[in-house]
Parts: sequence; structure tokens; C-alpha cells
Amino acid sequence: MILSAEKKKSRKDHIGLSEAKNQFSIALAGNPNVGKSTIFNALTGLHQHTGNWPGKTVDNAQGDFQYRQKSFIIIDLPGTYSLLAHTVEEQIARDFLCFANPDVTVVVLDATCLERNLNLALQVFEITPKVIVCLNLMDEAQKKDLVIDLPSLEHELGVPVIATSARQGEGLKELREKIYQVATGSLQTRPRQIVYSSDVEEAVRDLLPHVETIANNPLSPRWIALRLLDGDGSFLDSLSNYLSIDRDLSPGWEESKCAH
Amino acid sequence: MRPLTPSGSLSDVCGKAESVRNSNLNSLSDQIVADIYGNAELITKQVLSKKKTHQKGLDQRLDDLVTSKWFGYPLMLLMLVIVFWITMEGANFPSRLIASGLFTFQDQLTLWFQWAGTPAWIHGILVLGVYRTLAWVVSVMLPPMAIFFPMFTLLEDSGYLPRIAFNMDHIFKKAKACGKQSLTMCMGFGCNAVGVTSCRIIDSPRERLIAILTNSFVPCNGRFPTLIIVTSIFIGGTFVPYSGFVTAFVISGLILSGIAVTLLVSRVLSVTILKGEPSSLVLELPSYRRPQIGAVIYRSMIDRTIFVLRRAVLAAAPAGAVIWILANTYLGQQSIIVSLAQALNPIGQLIGLDGFILLAFILGLPANEIVLPILLMSYLSTGYLQDLGSLDGLRNVLVNNGWTWLTAINVMLFSLFHWPCATTLLTTYKETGSKKWMFLSFIIPTIIGISVCFILTQVVRSLGLV
Repeated sequence: MILSAEKKKSRKDHIGLSEAKNQFSIALAGNPNVGKSTIFNALTGLHQHTGNWPGKTVDNAQGDFQYRQKSFIIIDLPGTYSLLAHTVEEQIARDFLCFANPDVTVVVLDATCLERNLNLALQVFEITPKVIVCLNLMDEAQKKDLVIDLPSLEHELGVPVIATSARQGEGLKELREKIYQVATGSLQTRPRQIVYSSDVEEAVRDLLPHVETIANNPLSPRWIALRLLDGDGSFLDSLSNYLSIDRDLSPGWEESKCAH
Repeated sequence: MRPLTPSGSLSDVCGKAESVRNSNLNSLSDQIVADIYGNAELITKQVLSKKKTHQKGLDQRLDDLVTSKWFGYPLMLLMLVIVFWITMEGANFPSRLIASGLFTFQDQLTLWFQWAGTPAWIHGILVLGVYRTLAWVVSVMLPPMAIFFPMFTLLEDSGYLPRIAFNMDHIFKKAKACGKQSLTMCMGFGCNAVGVTSCRIIDSPRERLIAILTNSFVPCNGRFPTLIIVTSIFIGGTFVPYSGFVTAFVISGLILSGIAVTLLVSRVLSVTILKGEPSSLVLELPSYRRPQIGAVIYRSMIDRTIFVLRRAVLAAAPAGAVIWILANTYLGQQSIIVSLAQALNPIGQLIGLDGFILLAFILGLPANEIVLPILLMSYLSTGYLQDLGSLDGLRNVLVNNGWTWLTAINVMLFSLFHWPCATTLLTTYKETGSKKWMFLSFIIPTIIGISVCFILTQVVRSLGLV
């Protein structure tokens, strides 16, 4: 019951992104409470509410800014730990990245919990190549005596890594510049792609030829194959909704993996 | 090769995927997650180092204290009392200032209307109805909110709220609800509609419904000042040198009884219409951060001012006009408002209120902010005109209309436990997608409020205490 109302709303809101012509769309993704809204406010000059607890932003917020005579619309996605869609927020974030097709996705990471935050970044990398990693809360990391080797992180990830302390306004100039470069295509990114264990890779190989037969598919066939192997029913709903085709639910297929 | 119909292709692919999944012994989805985590770990190892062996950080030590068994609860209580005390002491002066300014301006307005020769009924609706109600809402509601919310936002920004959720979790577990419910209750302080929306952070639909249905047991923005004023007049006022503290304690007590009822109702719902076991709380405790004090205070004061003013214009202004018309339209000997109040009076008396009070709560459905202003308007329409700039003036109005300390307590209890405002009901409908849950969120607090006030009144009266 709850889902149906929310689902409808999320589709309308999140796929119906109101971007103007010649406007680049930027998605802000990240774990809960890493400072996405603070970065959003700093970039747009808006005053989206921020708070120091996970779950503060439950809806997508939009705002825009100008940089170097280009116009950008920026979308603050709800914070998620992953995109494997176990919660409504994850589903909203995933559907946005998959189907709204943003020109640049900025993944905001908490520098004090790098490892956990990287999981999300790696999942985003599989959906879209145009990614920038924003390593936020660097001031907190410094206080905890954590040292992060930025050049080698950049090398490992294959995308630009910008260190910021958004609350102090540090690093935002560089972030804007990198967003501009990636959006206009003057900077190419090649995000690291996960090579899975042999079982998974073999299964993907089996499935790929079939996935490639799906008409009008906007997504990477490999990514769809992986979600099919996950048995992620909620993703199939979104996909068939996007392709406006109906899928016969075969028995035994999980209706939805979400906890609803 | 392209298939003829796309729908055929997708379900074919699904079928194929299923057979591949079934042919694998190990769960592929677990393997996928494990591989992602493995990659993240690998990268982190290569790029992350620590300067020196770190002793237990400040955060950790603070958390040990804040979430400790013995110190956690007293600290929360202390915070509650302090926040209310500052609000009470701080709101007093600006409230008086704004009230005297706005009511002086009302006299000026009246002079202008007389000078322009406007008919009495236009002056009545616009000045005595709309303007006076607006003046009430702004002077009474704005100062406490503009002081309470910056403090609340500071707590929120520092990272204390998730610790509250963490502390409260095991109590909520006992009520078979989710610990995150305390976060949604905190949001409810600002506005129950916002509180209901924030219930989205609770993943289990059962626990989310419980949190939605019980959210209005937290006094929102619109009810808070009513509690503060009634307490200051009838309870704090009798302990003159310590009135601020006494008022703060009484308000904190009311909040605690709201929490107690929340837990009780959650528990009852969990064993009746929303059966189930609690899920475990997974909540990240973020690092403490020093809030940007200046910016936070400025921002939340502006936000609250805009919020209160907007509600005042949208709800209080039309209500003021309606009340004036009701009070000045006569059916036979009596004005409509007096007839309505008399009709409600028997029920009102039964639960220790009166007809006017009940009417004010009913007319306050669009927004709780206007309950007290409506009540004063309707009392005043029956003849007593007083100096309204001060609490004493207010006290006289209420006492002249038969208020005792029991009435005051019942008003506070009923304010805490009655139907949520229209906005909250609509939000509940939107969030749950069902009229049934909306109706329940209306009826549960109403029944509780009526029962509590009824029992208290009957007990006090039979003991002859009033």
C-alpha cells in the first residue's frame, strides 16, 4: 500500500526531470549523512535543510547553477548505502541513475569511512561512465589522522577524485571545474569495472546474448545481466516500465526484493 | 536478430536468467555483493593509512558517555528541561513586545477605519477578526518557536539526534516498534506533517505505519506555544521566583507523557492490527560535528518565522474572519458562536473543558496554531475586554470564563492528545495511500484525549479538589 503511492510519485518526479535545453544535469549520490545536501547548497546557493543524521533528505531536491557560461541542474538524491534496491530510497536513486541519464554523477564519499563508501561508488561505476568522486569530510579525516593517497585512489578508480570539506567551502571550486570538464566531454573518465568471481562471470557470459536482444535498451547489457542474476524484481519492474512493456511474472520469480 | 515484440524478449530473458540462477549452487547475488565489497577493501588497503596508532578518540569517549546506561537518560532529560527553560525565559519578553506593538497598531487601524467612514461590519471582520487573530498568532506563537528551533537545529547538527534514537531503541523494541521512530518524533516537534513524511526512513512497513499513527503525540509547532502559555499562566505563575523552571519541568513532563502514550499505543497496535516483531535497528552514528552556530541560528530563525507567518496568513486570517462573523451574527437572542458553544458545553464539561474550548479545538482543525486565538476571540466576543498585552490580562480572561487549574491541565492534555491538524491528516493519507489509516490516525488520539480528560476530571471532582 505504501509502496504503490510512493512508487507512482517517484516515477513521476524522478524520471520527469525538468531540465531545460542545453542544461547539463548533475546527480549527487552518496551514503546517508556524507554531506550531499551541504555540497548541494554550496553549489546552488540554495538552503536545502541539512542535519547530522542519516535519512535527512527523503526526497530529491533540484537546483541549478551557472559556471563558465554553461547552465547546470543538480539533483540531490536520497542517501543510500548501495544500489541493490532493498529500500525505497535505493530504488529512487538507482532508477534515477539508470533512466534519467544524468550528464555527470558526483558520488560523494565520507573520507572517514572510505571502504564502506566505496561500495556505492563501484556500483555507480557500473551504470554510468561519467562519474566524479568527491571525497568529502576531509577535515574530519584529518582529525582522525587518516591519510588518503589521492593520486593512487584516482588511479585505482579511473575517475577524477576531488577532496573537499564542504562545510568549510574547501575544494568546491575544483569540483565545479571538474563537473564542467566531464559534462562537456573535455575530460574523459574510465571508471574501474569490477571483475567478478568466475561463477558470476560465467553466468553473465551465458546471459549476455539474450539480454542483447532487448529492444530500445538504454542500459549496459552487462549491468542488466547482473541484476537478472541478482533476481532483483524491483529493477525489472522499473525497466519494463521504462520500456513500456509488460512482463509476465513467471512463478518463482521474486515479486520484489524490497522489504515491503 | 530483433524479436518481433519487445515484451516477448524481456520475459524470455527473465526465464533464461532464472534457469541460470537455479543451475548455480551458490547464491549468485551473495557472490556479487561479496565481490563488490572485496574490491572496495582492496582499494582502501592501497590508499589509506593512519598516521599513528590512535588512542580512543574524543568521539568514542563522548559516545560512551552519551549512550551509557546510567548517564544516557538523565542527559536526555536534562537537555529537554534546559531547552524548554531557555525557550520559556527567552520568549517572554519578545512576546510582550510584539503583542503591545501589534495591539497598539490595532487601535491605530481602528482610528483609520473610522476616519475613512467604513461600515462597522467591515471594520469588524478585517480588524477585530482577521487582524486581531493574526496579531495573536504572531505574538504568541512566533517567539517560542524562533527560540526553540535554533536550539533544536543545533542539537540536530551536532549529531546528537541519532544517539537519542540509539538510546531509545530498546524501549521502542519493548513496544515492538523501531528505534528510528524517535527520530521521526523529533521531526514531529517541528510539524507533525513533516514527522509523518520522515517516517520513510523506517524500512519495515509495519513499523512505519505505527510511527505514522503515533506521530501526533508529539506536540508540534502549533501546539507547543499553547502548552507554554497555559502552563506559564496557571502553574508557573504560582511559583513566582522559580516560574521558569517549574514551567519547563511541567512541559517536559507533558512531553514525557506523550512519549509514554506513543510507546503504549505502539505496543497495542503491534499486538492487534499491526502484528509483528520488531526489526533490528541499523543506524549509523555519525561523527559529532561542531555546528556552524551563527548560520544555524540565523537560518532556522528565518525558516521558523516564515513557516509561522505563512500558516498564520493561510489559516489564522480566514479563521479570524469566520469567528468574527459567527460571533456577530445573531439567531434570535444569541450569536451563532454562543449557540454552538452551548450545544457543545455538556460534552465539554464532562471532560473538564467547556463548549468554547471544544469549539476552538474543532475550528482549529486546519491548523493547531489558531486554537488559542480562536478561544480568546470567542471569550472576548462575549463581553470581557482586557489588556491583552500581558499574561495577567490573559489570565483574567480565562479565569473570568470559569477556568480553574483543572481546566488548564485538561486543555494541555487535550492539546497533546486530540486529532491531528488537516495538513497532517492529508499527509498521512498521501504516505499510506489509504483512508483507513488516515481515519485511525484521527480517531486514536481523539479517543485517548477524551478518555484521559474524562477520567482525570471525574476523579478530581469526586475527590472534591476543585
